[in-house]
Amino acid sequence: MPGKVLVNTTINGEATDFRCEPRQSLLECLRDILQLTGTKEGCNDGNCGACTVLMDGRPLTACLVLGVEAEGRNITTIEGIARGSKLHPLQQAFLEEAALQCGICTPGFIVSAKALLDRDKNPSEADIRLWLANNLCRCTGYDKIVRAVQKAAAEMRA
Amino acid sequence: MSTPTYSVLGTRPIRHDGADKVTGRAIYGADVHLTGMLHGAVLRSPHAHARILRIDTVKAAALPGVKAVITAADFPQGPDRIVDLGEGDTPLSYIRGNVLAIGKVLYRGHAVAAVAATNAHIAEQAAGLIQVEYEVLPCVLTAPDAMREDAPILHEDLETTELGKKSGKVSNVAVHFRHVLGNSEEAFAQADVVVERTFDTATVHQGYIEPHNATALWNEDGRIHVWCSTQGSFVVRDVTACILDVPVQRVRVTPTEIGGGFGGKIPVYIEPVAAMLSKKTGRPVKVLMSRREVFEGTGPTPGSHMTVKMGVDKTGRMIAAQASLAYEAGAYPGAMVGPGGMCVFASYNIANVTIDGYDVVVNKPSTAAYRAPGATNAAFATETVVDEIAEKLGMDPMELRLMNAAKEGTRRADGPKYRRICCVEVIEAMKNHPHYSAPLEGPNRGRGVAVGFWFNAALPSSCTISVNADGSVNLVEGSTDIGGTRTSIAMQAAEVLGIAVERVNPTVVDTDSVGFTGVTGGSRTTFATGYAAYEAAQDVVRQMKERVAKIWEVEASAVNFEKGAFSAGEKSMTFAELSEKLGSTGGPVVGRGAVNPRSAGGSFSGAIADVEVDPETGRVSVLRFTSIQDAGKAIHPSYVEGQMQGGSAQGIGWALNEEYYMSPDGGMMNSSLLDYRMPTALDLPMIDTCIVEVANPNHPFGVRGVGEANIVPPPAALANAIYRAAGVRMNRLPMKPSAIMEAIWAKGN
Ligand code: FES
Ligand code: FES
Repeated sequence: MPGKVLVNTTINGEATDFRCEPRQSLLECLRDILQLTGTKEGCNDGNCGACTVLMDGRPLTACLVLGVEAEGRNITTIEGIARGSKLHPLQQAFLEEAALQCGICTPGFIVSAKALLDRDKNPSEADIRLWLANNLCRCTGYDKIVRAVQKAAAEMRA
Repeated sequence: MSTPTYSVLGTRPIRHDGADKVTGRAIYGADVHLTGMLHGAVLRSPHAHARILRIDTVKAAALPGVKAVITAADFPQGPDRIVDLGEGDTPLSYIRGNVLAIGKVLYRGHAVAAVAATNAHIAEQAAGLIQVEYEVLPCVLTAPDAMREDAPILHEDLETTELGKKSGKVSNVAVHFRHVLGNSEEAFAQADVVVERTFDTATVHQGYIEPHNATALWNEDGRIHVWCSTQGSFVVRDVTACILDVPVQRVRVTPTEIGGGFGGKIPVYIEPVAAMLSKKTGRPVKVLMSRREVFEGTGPTPGSHMTVKMGVDKTGRMIAAQASLAYEAGAYPGAMVGPGGMCVFASYNIANVTIDGYDVVVNKPSTAAYRAPGATNAAFATETVVDEIAEKLGMDPMELRLMNAAKEGTRRADGPKYRRICCVEVIEAMKNHPHYSAPLEGPNRGRGVAVGFWFNAALPSSCTISVNADGSVNLVEGSTDIGGTRTSIAMQAAEVLGIAVERVNPTVVDTDSVGFTGVTGGSRTTFATGYAAYEAAQDVVRQMKERVAKIWEVEASAVNFEKGAFSAGEKSMTFAELSEKLGSTGGPVVGRGAVNPRSAGGSFSGAIADVEVDPETGRVSVLRFTSIQDAGKAIHPSYVEGQMQGGSAQGIGWALNEEYYMSPDGGMMNSSLLDYRMPTALDLPMIDTCIVEVANPNHPFGVRGVGEANIVPPPAALANAIYRAAGVRMNRLPMKPSAIMEAIWAKGN
């Protein structure tokens, strides 16, 4: 087995380094090495979006990225979305709109939706549905999730 | 009767576990991390049906980092017996055999052996080094095939129970039951319109996003602690104890947060395996399933083969009905055909009914509950036939349903007579809903409706409430919270205590820390654990009245409690004021509630669906969808709506896309979330909801469970909409593009 590799990266605004095997995914590194278990695993093959994180502001599924690819990058996970003890408007809207039931998909949705709202302050329902089609939720039927994103967008525009 | 006014019930507070769940702090099963923890992996059968001749674990055990390898032979082998572990009487050998195969594998994905190693990659690699020699046997994959005389037999000792009696005949039919009401044969002779159709539905999976997981520690003192995401911690405790042959006292189960279940996280799969690996290694072991293992190794819901025949007189009155339901149990008996038989005609008042049910084993994963298990299949058949009858009579399909709707006093063919139910109210709400009368223009578009029933489970629940000096309370319960039930339960306690729901701290605890509580399933949690919380809160009020009586030197019976304040004559004291004085009036107040409701009272649901069918590709787009359901009393309306929307979305996926796509040799060809195509945000419209509230006499606040009935009508509603859009009657699920095109072509010929 090849030796471990040292990775220097930035996670949620903090310079972070970790050692991982070259075969380990970023998802594994976050969850098992760094104990950032807020990022969830639903499929480990890129098809559920539960593991969505931002890399240099771009959403991607952490199960399809290797840990070593985080070298020199800027990673944002669900743990880095709130501002200190104040929830991000998306987090607040998810709570107010009851946009989660079991909550396992929620970190992925919030991270994805943040990437959307960072790009588009006023997305239509269709824009939101298209953007979030990478994230599966089996509990809610998406209705309340879409509404929560619309609400957060309005809040952030205000 | 005047409707009671509530101050907490019916509001929409933010859930107590909300902040943890939107920040990633909530600990789900896979997030459990213990010192010195090892990782497990399970080797699964590549064959759908085979005899295990030999298992060689030497190479696997020799891989550096591997700490233990186990097979079924490592588990206690006591004689078989019948156990009831929350899902009815089951031979222990079936439960054991499904955890790790004994002698034979019965489906591809059947667990055969397991490994514990220092990390998950090594464990997986080691599992691949276990050598198993199989004698491959012919397999059988559908109920009709498995029922043939010459079908390969799964269980050489499975005798068919024929109408309640052991028949002496070994076959793949575990049970054939029959419900009879009146005389359907004679009644059909009187009918003016009779429609009889045969339907097939594919195996589908609950599709929860979180895979199964279990972490176990078999301690030096013989105590076993299991952490897992389960719908029923007490089921896990009891099954694990049974399989490991230890007293239940030695097993403690901590239910973690759970990422969906829908019935699929009731059975036990890897918990005893993790425990045995821990015993062998002396270290905690965590076992996580991959998505493929979830599809191939856990219980989906049955595929089915059904014939439904219904007869009406000229006016549309239903006078006769027959159903033959053959459901695929998967590898072990227990297809949800019993519930299917209870629900197939449950929405209607029909005097002459015969229902035959067949529980058939096939070489697919052992099936589990899935949201109103068995009812959706049956309603797809019945509600399509009802639609066709309405068409033949030239009657509005809602009018036909309303005319025949079951009501209080209607007897179902399986025995029960309804108490107060809401079938009529649900159908009326559908008829009056603006969606039903809204114009639907454009080519290839159609609207369909359907109704459905689920009887809901009751089962025991326990809860304690202790009062804090600041007037807040701690509520301890044993029901895993899958969709906001901490809050819907806390709201019921808050209502009784006259305090804000934010003043209640609800906590879900392990099996050592609360009285027995049945599964979070059967739509029962807000109903039954809410009932227990109501009782516990009443107990608190009773004890608090005694304290007030002591302080004021009056009889406890003279103390009133209303809207959070105690009073007697001129004197009055709030709940919070009294809470401060508990120390000086006798010590802590702890209320307890333990309930075992006789019956939950069923729930009815309806769906209105507008679709557009692309005649070139057969693709169905859902344009508009409305779910209507009777909630008794909607405690937290947002979460009631959420159940209705979620159930509708699952019903839509079941109807249009989802299926276990099987190769002839019994392999699931689409065991990934790419190929097992569940609805995405892009596939669905907003889902409108309409909550009907008629108090349930079986619950102090009138609650009815709302978790399940909503999945029952969507497939039939969509089939009926597709008929109006494309002119084809679909008798098969899923109604995927290729199936629609075949139907369109067949009609053209
Ligand atoms: S776990 Fe990465 S997409 Fe599902
Ligand atoms: S809330 Fe359960 S999967 Fe989305």
